[in-house]
Parts: sequence; structure tokens; C-alpha cells
Amino acid sequence: MHDLSHAFSLALQLAASGDPGLWQIVGLSLQVTLSAVAISTLLGLPVGALLALGRFPGRNALIVIFNAAMGLPPVVVGLVVYLLLSRSGPLGEFGILFTPKAMVIAQSILVFPIVTALSRQVIEDLWAEYSEQLRSLGSNAAKSIGTLLWDGRFSLVTVVLAGFGRAAAEVGAIIIVGGNIDGFTRTMTTAIALETSKGDLALALGLGFVLLMIVVLVNGAAWIARRAGERLAGA
Amino acid sequence: MRAPTTSLPLVLDRVGFSAGGVEILHDLSLRIEPGAPTIILGPNGAGKSVLLRLCHGLLSPSGGSIRAGNVAVSTERTALVFQRPVMLRRSVLANVAYGIVGKHARGRASALLERVGLSHLARRPARKLSGGEQQRVALARAWGRNPEILFLDEPTASLDPAATRAVEDIVGEIAAQGVKIVMATHDLGQARRLAGDVAFLHKGRLLEHTPAATFFDAPRTPQAAAFLRGELLT
Ligand SMILES: Nc1ncnc2c1ncn2[C@@H]1O[C@H](COP(=O)(O)OP(=O)(O)O)[C@@H](O)[C@H]1O
Ligand SMILES: [Mg+2]
Repeated sequence: MHDLSHAFSLALQLAASGDPGLWQIVGLSLQVTLSAVAISTLLGLPVGALLALGRFPGRNALIVIFNAAMGLPPVVVGLVVYLLLSRSGPLGEFGILFTPKAMVIAQSILVFPIVTALSRQVIEDLWAEYSEQLRSLGSNAAKSIGTLLWDGRFSLVTVVLAGFGRAAAEVGAIIIVGGNIDGFTRTMTTAIALETSKGDLALALGLGFVLLMIVVLVNGAAWIARRAGERLAGA
Repeated sequence: MRAPTTSLPLVLDRVGFSAGGVEILHDLSLRIEPGAPTIILGPNGAGKSVLLRLCHGLLSPSGGSIRAGNVAVSTERTALVFQRPVMLRRSVLANVAYGIVGKHARGRASALLERVGLSHLARRPARKLSGGEQQRVALARAWGRNPEILFLDEPTASLDPAATRAVEDIVGEIAAQGVKIVMATHDLGQARRLAGDVAFLHKGRLLEHTPAATFFDAPRTPQAAAFLRGELLT
């Protein structure tokens, strides 16, 4: 109990102090996570729509694979990306191991299947409801896809938030491919892992609270935007 | 005024339709002419909805053929108000504008909402409207497609008398514009009020197709006579 309240006041102090080291860590965390979520959304929504609406051989297998890939173990992904990017690996020449780029790649691999699999489900359900009505109203394939993405936007925001949650909480992959280098690849989660292993539980918990606050803020902002949008558009 | 109608007469020649190994429509021949509304009567499960989907071009016959005047059967020249219309997750105005092509879509949609008496709800979410209001949105949306034939699938099945009256008034107005109305219903009162001719469907077969007066006064088949007496058909 004492540890927790101490950690909480430490978190507030940390947040209030404007400590440049802390803000650097928070900034990098957000940069890596949001980049991975953005890339995964840009790729995952079209692939999800294709899986939802397309009829091609291997479709069912792909759906199962994407569903399963939502549970990819981060350390395994980290290890594979590490091997690919290491000096002797096939992509070693780019020299991006132990950089934020490598961390974005690893997190994108974790988040992309989540956005793909969940958006596939959202779009497929909406299509089951809409397909005849849209055809009757003269909508072609391209217009129908636009309609499904737009009319499903509130559910799809939740899909993206699920991906954001996965990336924000993730440590196993980025600590391997980023290396947790102070001032360069240290994020909130890797710093928490480090402080915990060093025995500075209060600092680790303090950072944990900061991370929680950020996740709550992002989700709260998305929720408010969703409510306002729903009231205007009437979903 | 529009160019002369070309989707009529709508001629079904020995049309059959099967789904999942079950034959739903059998050897159905029917000629729908321009003029007063054609009413499709028949008990639940007779095949009315399937027939309308075939005529609208959403389904293709498994046997026989459907010709629409001198053009192909298509969702571009006909419109269908479904038994349970799907309201898109948008405003009432956006729902009506959805099926209208061109940059004047919203203006035309507004005019249509005026005609169905829903201007005051234009900005409201369509899915929050009452059943009767949604049915009127669906009518305006179908009307906006500028159809030569408007198919209506039991448009008043779950409405109270006032809402039913509002829908029938709108249907009358659309018909007065020269749009051919083809409407499925199992409401005999409604059929009497609107019908020019009646097609009676039972178990996927067309049992009669006659002028309304003939149908109501002197049905030719025992099934139609029983249906008119309000008996349950088996
Ligand atoms: N897609 C389908 N697959 C299999 N059976 C269907 C399908 N659509 C309709 N049916 C069946 O065809 C019959 C006629 O249905 P329907 O046209 O909806 O009747 P109605 O509109 O006259 O009540 C029913 O027995 C229904 O269960
Ligand atoms: Mg029906």
C-alpha cells in the first residue's frame, strides 16, 4: 500500500517536474506507438475490407491466420525482427537495428493483424446488413467499400484503439530490437522493465502511472469524439 | 417529363427460382403492364419477396426469363422498398441522397423529403426514426432513383392506420407521376384500395392474375377464395 501511494505521488512529481528526460521518454513512446498504429491502420483497413468482401481461394485460411496472429508473442516477434535486422541478417545493410525505426517495424507487425482481423469482422457484419440495400441503390464495389468504412467508422475507431492498447503496453519486442538505449530508444515500458530489474520499484511504478494516464487520456479523447460524432451523424 | 417508359411491360416467362436446393418459385409466367398498381397477394412464404427481388434484378432466375420492355432488368431503372428497409448510419437527408447521382443530389433529396413530409427531420439520424417515418424515408430514397417501376414489399406490414395512410398517400402520389407500382401485401383492405390488377401467389406458384374487380368478386381458385375469406392456407 505504502509503495503504491509513494509511487503515485512520485508519478505526479515526475509529471509535474517537466523533467526533460521523462518527456523525452514519453515522446519517443508516443512516436513509436502512434507510428506503428498509423501504419497498421493504413494497411490493415484495406486488407480487412478485402478479406471481408473478397471471395478468393485461401480466404478462410487467411482469416484464421490473421485471427491467430492477434496473439503473436511480442518477444518472438522481437527476436525475428532482430535476426532480420542484425548485421548478418538479410536486412542488416539498412543498419536500423537499435533505432526507433526497428521498434516501429516490430510494433507494426504486432498491431497490423489486430487491425486487420477486427476490421474484417466489423466490415463483414455491416456488409451482411447493407449489401442488398446498397446494390438496390445502384452502389458499385468502390462506392460500397467507402460506405462500409464510413458507416462503420465508430466501430473501426474502437478497432484502432485496440491496436493502440497493444502497442502502448508492449515491451517484449521493442526492448529486443530497440536495445533500451538511454536518450535514444528508451520508452516508458522499457524504462519500467529496467527500473524494475534495478530494484527501483517506486520509479518503475511512477512511470507506470504516467503511461496509464496517457492511455486513459487517448481513449477518453477518442470516446468523446465518438459520442460527438454519433450524435451528429446518428449511428 | 421523362422519356417514354421502356421497362414495361415486364414479362416473366416460365420463371423458376431455387436457393439451397429448394425450389421457391415454379414455372411462373406473368405480364405486368403500365397503368394502375399491380398488387401481389399471397400468404406468408408464398414467394412474394423473392419475386420482387427477381424483377428488380437482385436475383437471377434459375429457369425461364424476365424481360423488361426493351431493356435489361436492372436496379438502375427500377427501385425496391424492402420489407425491412435498411437505414444507413447517416442522417435522413444523406440516406435519401445516397441513391441520387450528381452534384444536385442533396437538393433533390431535400425536395423529396418535403414531398413525404419529413423536411423537419432531415438532419436527424435515420435509424432513430419511428417505423412509419423510416418507411417514408425509404419511399423518398426509392423515388429519388427515378424508377420506371417501383416495387414495394409489404410497405405497411408493421404500421398503425395513420402511418399506413401516410404511406398509401405517398404511393398514390408516386403513381400519379407515371411510375408503375408493383406492391406485395397481405393486407386485403389495402389491396382493394390500390389495386388495378391482382396477382395471387401461393406456394411459389401464380394461381391467378386478373383485374382487381374480378379477383375480389369472383376468384377462380379455391385457394384465392379461401384467402379472401381470411382462412389459413396450407
Ligand atoms: N435466400 C433464400 N434461401 C433459401 N430459402 C429462401 C431464401 N429466400 C426465401 N426463401 C424461402 O422462400 C420462400 C418464399 O419466401 P418469401 O419470398 O420471403 O415469401 P413472402 O415474401 O411471400 O412471405 C420461403 O419459404 C422462404 O423461407
Ligand atoms: Mg416477404
